[in-house]
Amino acid sequence: MKQENTIMETQHFRPLDLRRKIRPGESLIQALLFLAGFLSILITLAIVYELGKEAWLFFGSPDVTFAKFFGTTTWQPGIGHFGIWPLVTSTLITSFIAICVSLPLGLATALFLSEYASPKARSALKPILEILAGIPTVVYGYFALLFMTPLLQRIFGDGVEVYNMASAGIVMGIMILPLISSMSEDALSAVPRALREGAYAMGATKFETSLQVVLPAALSGIGAALIIGISRAVGETMIVAVAAGSGPNFTFNPFKAAETMTGHIARISGGDLSYNSIDYNSLFAIALMLFLVTLVLNLVSQSVINRFRQRYE
Amino acid sequence: MQNTQPPEYAIETKNLFIFYGSFAAVSEVNIKIERQKVTAIIGPSGCGKSTLLRAFNRMNDFVPSSYVTGEVLLHGQNLYGSNIDPVEVRRRIGMVFQKPNPFPKSIYENIAWGARINGFKGNMDELVEQSLRGAALWEEVKDKIHKSAYELSGGQQQRLCIARTIAIQPDIILMDEPASALDPISTLRIEELMQELKKNYTIIIVTHNMQQAARVSDYTAMMMLDREGSRSGTVIEFSETKRIFTNPKDKRTEDYVTGRFG
Amino acid sequence: MNPNRDQFPEGDSFRRSLSGRYRLASIWQALFFSALVIAILSLMALLYNVIDGSFGYVAYQYKNDPAQFTEKPLNDLNQQELLALLKSNLSAGAYKKLDNEKPIEKRSRADLHTLVLERLIQIDTKQTWSMTDSILHSAKIKAEVADQYPGAKLDFRSWLTFDFLVTPMSSKAEFAGVRTAILGSLWMVGIAILFALPIGTGAAIYLQEYADKNFLNRVIQTNINNLAGVPSIVYGMLGLAIFVRAFEPFTSGSIFGMTDTNGRTILSAGLTMGTLVLPLIIINAQEAIKAVPDSLRQAAFGVGATRWQTVWHHVLPNALPGILTGSILAVSRAIGETAPLIVIGASTFISIDPDGPFSKFTALPIQIYQWTTRAQSEFHAIAASAIIVLLILLLTLNATAVLLRNRVQRKY
Repeated sequence: MKQENTIMETQHFRPLDLRRKIRPGESLIQALLFLAGFLSILITLAIVYELGKEAWLFFGSPDVTFAKFFGTTTWQPGIGHFGIWPLVTSTLITSFIAICVSLPLGLATALFLSEYASPKARSALKPILEILAGIPTVVYGYFALLFMTPLLQRIFGDGVEVYNMASAGIVMGIMILPLISSMSEDALSAVPRALREGAYAMGATKFETSLQVVLPAALSGIGAALIIGISRAVGETMIVAVAAGSGPNFTFNPFKAAETMTGHIARISGGDLSYNSIDYNSLFAIALMLFLVTLVLNLVSQSVINRFRQRYE
Repeated sequence: MQNTQPPEYAIETKNLFIFYGSFAAVSEVNIKIERQKVTAIIGPSGCGKSTLLRAFNRMNDFVPSSYVTGEVLLHGQNLYGSNIDPVEVRRRIGMVFQKPNPFPKSIYENIAWGARINGFKGNMDELVEQSLRGAALWEEVKDKIHKSAYELSGGQQQRLCIARTIAIQPDIILMDEPASALDPISTLRIEELMQELKKNYTIIIVTHNMQQAARVSDYTAMMMLDREGSRSGTVIEFSETKRIFTNPKDKRTEDYVTGRFG
Repeated sequence: MNPNRDQFPEGDSFRRSLSGRYRLASIWQALFFSALVIAILSLMALLYNVIDGSFGYVAYQYKNDPAQFTEKPLNDLNQQELLALLKSNLSAGAYKKLDNEKPIEKRSRADLHTLVLERLIQIDTKQTWSMTDSILHSAKIKAEVADQYPGAKLDFRSWLTFDFLVTPMSSKAEFAGVRTAILGSLWMVGIAILFALPIGTGAAIYLQEYADKNFLNRVIQTNINNLAGVPSIVYGMLGLAIFVRAFEPFTSGSIFGMTDTNGRTILSAGLTMGTLVLPLIIINAQEAIKAVPDSLRQAAFGVGATRWQTVWHHVLPNALPGILTGSILAVSRAIGETAPLIVIGASTFISIDPDGPFSKFTALPIQIYQWTTRAQSEFHAIAASAIIVLLILLLTLNATAVLLRNRVQRKY
């Protein structure tokens, strides 16, 4: 039967046309899929355009001068005060506190999980960190205002205001901890086994190997984690909106209330804001700064990670 | 401290079995390795050469579920005895790996690090220079010893790994196919170096290259799977290299060294 | 012999230094471990803090004596009597307004009972206490209430009740619920997923199955990774500028004949949130598609399938569980996001159920934010209760995702 079939086919001429055919359906689908991918570029362009347009109106306003923007320390666009510093310093202070909490804790957690914990312990402990990472930031805000602040007040006394940067920063650090920990753990476990073995073979203890060989080898990956952590802290809104204070305040005292850039955007836009006012435009100027800062941080972190991966692959 | 007399053998194994879980990767090894000689371990791939080598400085400890029965004796002490500290074992028995694995530090630090953690009290610069000379690398790197070790070529990196091993003054150096990732010229240099090193150190080398074994070693241990269909390797013949290659006792050794194996 | 050999500690001196090294190691290991303990304790403190806030004593007074309205105890009145009570005591305007929201005659007895308490008798909460305080200092609290608020009643109550879930928003914490907020969140997330899932999956298919390694595609990939790291409040600004303002005729529904609305609708919120989770969905879907073995594609191409046939019949069905897992994670991200909703103008007070994409809206995290920032402690109590609702919702979603993921892992 099979034999017959092949004979039949060779006997009868079958026209064969191998030229490329146009399949309209396939092309249409491919075009649609491309558009879906390209939409992400449009989103970025839209962010840059919209933020840039309104920020342009803000900086183009005759009242706003470069000297005022960077040279004064009061931010009240409604009544002509355009000094950005109070928002910037409080953003930096809360982020700095957050990093001071999350970097050592996150790194130590990562070292423990990747170097010491048994696989069983790791699979039991990691979900806890994942839960911590999955809690919405507004919940952290509640925690900062109603747990951390009273705690700080009990420890440091009356100098701690009800709204303060320290409490928001510490809780933000707890929020960022799982991120730093999991990225650092990835970096640590990406260090090739051969490097550890080299250290062990020279009579190094497990601890010396971890801290003096594996950790330095993973340093750029951990650096990337740190940068992402900073970017996250700078852009975080709800914790500072709830707990850091409402109202720009130029202070370096972490126990005082001061509004951050994100907190300011949230408070002002949450109110009754009329379009085309200087207040409205100023928010976009702040958002543009935020966007650019986080964009640069993310890009740097990504390129650090890529170089790190190339090195050990 | 225990023995004032220099021991007869560098390493001696008695009834050594190495297990991964319930699977014996290496079974029943009884060999005595001479001091200040080069001993080669040869055999087909997958017969447990590296596993046996790593048992000599307890590197298998890092493989979960691996354990050992029998004894590995160094100066009459069983390396797997309950009172033995594996860190001290590795400080006495250094190892050079298949692929060069310098630390991501400077050339200088690569060597100084091991000495420092082991409490070296002397002049570090001198030690670094001497170790690099000992590994025949000094002339090539003396102008850039504070540069990253990753800037060196593969062969230089491997010699750096040898240099950092001899810097901590071990008694025995284990080499796990140290030239398999290198080009022929670098390989030659490593082989020459081994002849130099055996004046001061006992060297045990795993190699899949029989010519290399014939060239560099004084003694050879021939490993094979212990019987047809088994996955467990053992040493089937152990004697002077000359003899293994010219007049082996075991038929399987003869087949292997003459290329009739498999 | 090598002179350097003598510079190393030997024998006992080596052993002494080694045990010193081990000691240092165990100290550091303990430090590393304590970092983990701190993380776990933080989580426990957070959960405890929330639960602690949702239960406890509350001291309250009736502003108007119930006896002023009816002789019978309030709890014994039936639906008709309650209705009559409301009709005769509320002003005509107030009654009409309530009737407009939902016809009063059709309301349940419990609903009317709440209305009577809220509008006529008017409970006035004096103070609330946390669960721990209530349990540990019960006697002290009772004495304090008797002293400071004579005539006030003291009840131990759970702020998290079934009624809390099904009651709409109220300006009084005692009568407020999260019904409106939950419905708002669901509507918003539904729209977000409807928008982001097809586009995100499409983009992932494009990048994994179609895209060559050219400059444009590399830019798209990098750009998606970066979008995932843009602060959520920036998405809020984008939503405000584009969806709320520029697309106002569409998002307010005025081109569909809706009147009396502006662009601050559920539709705008959903689209904003969809934009925010889009990069997450793309990245997760890419991972899922990457996990489909290449042999499957080759088999399909081998029998003469076109690229799309291969993708549609073989790649997608196999990647689907992974894509869904990613979408669930995106949904749980969207449900918890607050900042963008504040920026695009979620309503702070709204008690009418949303009835479509062009409704004004509030959402669960918005309510939590609102209540947390109120000064009165009874609002903190309902904020805590709303947090519990939110966390349970998220836990359910994530558990589903984990189950789904485990099922996929078993397959390959």
